[in-house]
Amino acid sequence: MSTATTFIKREAPLKSGPRALLQRFRHGDEITHLVTLVFAASILLITSMLVYELWRTSYLSRTKFGWNFFWTRTWDPIFDNFGAAPFIYGTLVTSALGLLIAVPVGLASAVFLSELAPRKVSDALAFLIDLLAAVPSVIYGLLGVFIVVPLMRTTIGPALIGTLGHIPVIGKLFQPPNYGVGFFTAGIVLAIMVVPFIISVSREVLLTVPREQREAALALGSTRWESTWKVVVPWARTGIMGSIFLALARALGETMAVTMVIGNDPKISTSLFAPGYTIAAVIANEFTEATGDLYLSALIELGLVLFLMTFILNGLARILIVATERGGGHAA
Amino acid sequence: MNRFLLIWRKSVNIVMLTLTGLAALLVVSILFFILGYLVWNGGTAINWDFFTKLPKPVGETGGGMANAIVGSAKLLFLASLFGLPVGFLGGVYLAEFGGKAFSFLIRYTTDLLNGVPSIVIGIFAYSVAVLPVKHFSTLAGGVALGIMMIPIAVRTTEEFLRAVPNSLREGAMALGASKSRTIATVIIPAAFQGILTGVMLDLARVAGETAPLLFTAFSNRFWSPGWGQPTASLPVMIFTYAIAPYDDWHRQAWAAGLVLLALILLANIGARLILARGTSFRST
Amino acid sequence: MKKTSLVASILLILAITVAAQPGTVLLNGAGATFPYPMYSKWFDVYHQKEPNVQINYQSIGSGGGIRQVLAGTVDFGASDGPMNDDQIKEFKEKRGTDILHFPTVLGADVPTYNIAGVTGELNFTQKAIAGIFLGTITKWNDPEIAKPNPGVNLPNSDILVVHRSDGSGTTYVWTDFLSKISPEWKTKVGTGTSVNWPLGVGGKGNEGVAGLVKQTPNTLGYVELVYAIQNNMPYGKVQNPDGKFVKADLAGVTGAAAGAAKNMPNDFRVSITNAPGATSYPVSSFTWLLIPAQIPDAAKRDAIKGFLTWMLSDGQNYTEALAYARLPKPVVEKELKAISLVK
Repeated sequence: MSTATTFIKREAPLKSGPRALLQRFRHGDEITHLVTLVFAASILLITSMLVYELWRTSYLSRTKFGWNFFWTRTWDPIFDNFGAAPFIYGTLVTSALGLLIAVPVGLASAVFLSELAPRKVSDALAFLIDLLAAVPSVIYGLLGVFIVVPLMRTTIGPALIGTLGHIPVIGKLFQPPNYGVGFFTAGIVLAIMVVPFIISVSREVLLTVPREQREAALALGSTRWESTWKVVVPWARTGIMGSIFLALARALGETMAVTMVIGNDPKISTSLFAPGYTIAAVIANEFTEATGDLYLSALIELGLVLFLMTFILNGLARILIVATERGGGHAA
Repeated sequence: MNRFLLIWRKSVNIVMLTLTGLAALLVVSILFFILGYLVWNGGTAINWDFFTKLPKPVGETGGGMANAIVGSAKLLFLASLFGLPVGFLGGVYLAEFGGKAFSFLIRYTTDLLNGVPSIVIGIFAYSVAVLPVKHFSTLAGGVALGIMMIPIAVRTTEEFLRAVPNSLREGAMALGASKSRTIATVIIPAAFQGILTGVMLDLARVAGETAPLLFTAFSNRFWSPGWGQPTASLPVMIFTYAIAPYDDWHRQAWAAGLVLLALILLANIGARLILARGTSFRST
Repeated sequence: MKKTSLVASILLILAITVAAQPGTVLLNGAGATFPYPMYSKWFDVYHQKEPNVQINYQSIGSGGGIRQVLAGTVDFGASDGPMNDDQIKEFKEKRGTDILHFPTVLGADVPTYNIAGVTGELNFTQKAIAGIFLGTITKWNDPEIAKPNPGVNLPNSDILVVHRSDGSGTTYVWTDFLSKISPEWKTKVGTGTSVNWPLGVGGKGNEGVAGLVKQTPNTLGYVELVYAIQNNMPYGKVQNPDGKFVKADLAGVTGAAAGAAKNMPNDFRVSITNAPGATSYPVSSFTWLLIPAQIPDAAKRDAIKGFLTWMLSDGQNYTEALAYARLPKPVVEKELKAISLVK
């Protein structure tokens, strides 16, 4: 913090008039405000252009199928009959699984790295965990195919089917047949892919929680865990939620790795071991080969549907945050 | 009764703290496993040729991925040029200047943008940067990757600027600094560590993206001169080689994955060494 | 310190952005994945022969090749399935000239499987293949599969069908064959690079299908011949319209093409699946380069014509080494004449 302590010579601020405007301008606040505003607005511009493009190129498909697109279960490029239902289902299931696994593991790791590990170890590990984010999607896919899929088929699958499969209601999720590829495998691969985001950002945010907060809790007699869980984590809650948003977004849009392990079968099944399909995966698989205009349009419409899903999910998540807010965040 | 409660709380304490340790151990093991797998499968393909030669057709040994390495570097450079200023300054706006409604809109939009599949962003960049000029280019690839960089940059910048306690802002203002001066000289340096982490994470994420490049930067068997020609890149090479029938290409694909990770690691280290100056705000 | 590093980086960037050498002809092509190894070899050898011609080909899929050539973002395309009439019309409207098809090599799809205890080659009747992919034949020991394979111990297990998830020319050829041998397939599913498969899981790329088949017991999938050979995968014999069970090999594939060569249309768009001939392999196919009939840039035009001429003569000698089948002589001769159509 170099120049914060120097005194800045300032003229007495003028009240109004053109000279006042000029003065404020010179002090840089207006410019900074304007510049940052422009850049922030450009995000809106880019996203709007994107949505407009999606809207425009999906025209044929939207007009032909209308609202039916959402619940039609067929995807037939030869007879030009397209529906989004299996893909919506697959996207939701795999992302939910991915987050269900990644959030507890990620948050727990972040807590460990920020609260318990010695600083040097924590820094080094965090550095390395960031690397996980750089592993190309294709490689995650290959690792999924070579390692997770056989594991699922020979070990994890039979174990879960044998035990949880017999419990009523929940058991429906764990039914054979189990080929190794399917929703569950995709969920696991997604979890591994998004966990670095959660850990990296959460850890940094947890480190910014003021020491006084922890010490106050400990001074009141709480155990280490209690001070962490009840004081530190809530303080960092918006940052942690932010990291989960990042993770969710990545999971929803992941293409390559998912398509290699999900089985690519556009069907809705209750069993987690069944093969499925996601929006991003089908677009990645078929876009390069799609030559019919309606076909292409339907693929683009799927992209639009995903956009809508992200919109709704983000909205729900934010409502959830507001509803559970008990004043635990740090002062803005 | 009190004693039981105490024992319960103490046990919970130990169990939970152990679980966090186990979770961290799990993640780190996975990381080392992945690294080990890459080294095991691709290590033999890493030699001097890999870094200096152009790819050779199948059946001939001695090929390399020199053009892909340079191509990825150029693409990431462009992506940072397009995406980081927008993301960073946008984050500054949200944290320091924004009005409630407008900021909410921008945050929401940013999250939406983050959820767009990479291939859809590639399609968008294709219609915007490739179709009008009728050829693929490094520039188009940079645009696609740049758009992907924006959301993470915005989110992390805003988060870490907000994390700087108000006492610092107030202190600076008390000394007579204008708002922009405070931001530039006090708040941003204090949040620097976190923002840098975010930027590196961002870079890491787009470095491995394949789908958006297929329709923008395409790929190139040869060197790509300038910014207006198609260019090879590590992720696309990995993709092409991994799904080919030849074992030699498979090894090169794994090797390329390793090289990509190594480059990101180097960039990360390099950035921290060059840019980190002094202490930034941390409570512990 | 910061200023110098900034200057240094600018210089480095300028160094990388060196403009292309004058006199170099840069051609970009996109399309089918199947012939990618062959094309990359050819373009490389041709580059050695003509060092100022750089042909950059990327495999983004047959449909991708067609689309990019329609959009004009590449100089030529490549596809495992010929462009249909609508697409040809569209090309004429958009680009103002005709699109020409030039067959380059031949390939084949083979049925590959993984059945515990079965190591030899299975014979598949046409009914068997159609039934398996339609889902009407579900078990390995179904009489239709067992009949032509006496002495093979087929298990009483469900068949897991593995198909391609990504759109591909390989799928086009396989479904083209299925449409010809099964009217039910033709009406229910059809021919295309992506279809609505009645059942089965999808693997991404030949690698994906091969991987799934190798790892999962009781599977049946289809992959390109080149792929099966390179990866030492067991594949079965397919019954051709003459009733014979033929194992795919280069001779059988060229044989199928030779039969079709007699009736080869002038635009070379022909399907040779289910071709007659005792030794013909029934799931064979040409793969084509898509070249615009008019190329305004003289240097590019000469480069393309030069390459095509070389490809049809010398180039064909490189095919066998990579497990691709060469074009039959009558087709080569016809094509050489057609090169003059490129103006």
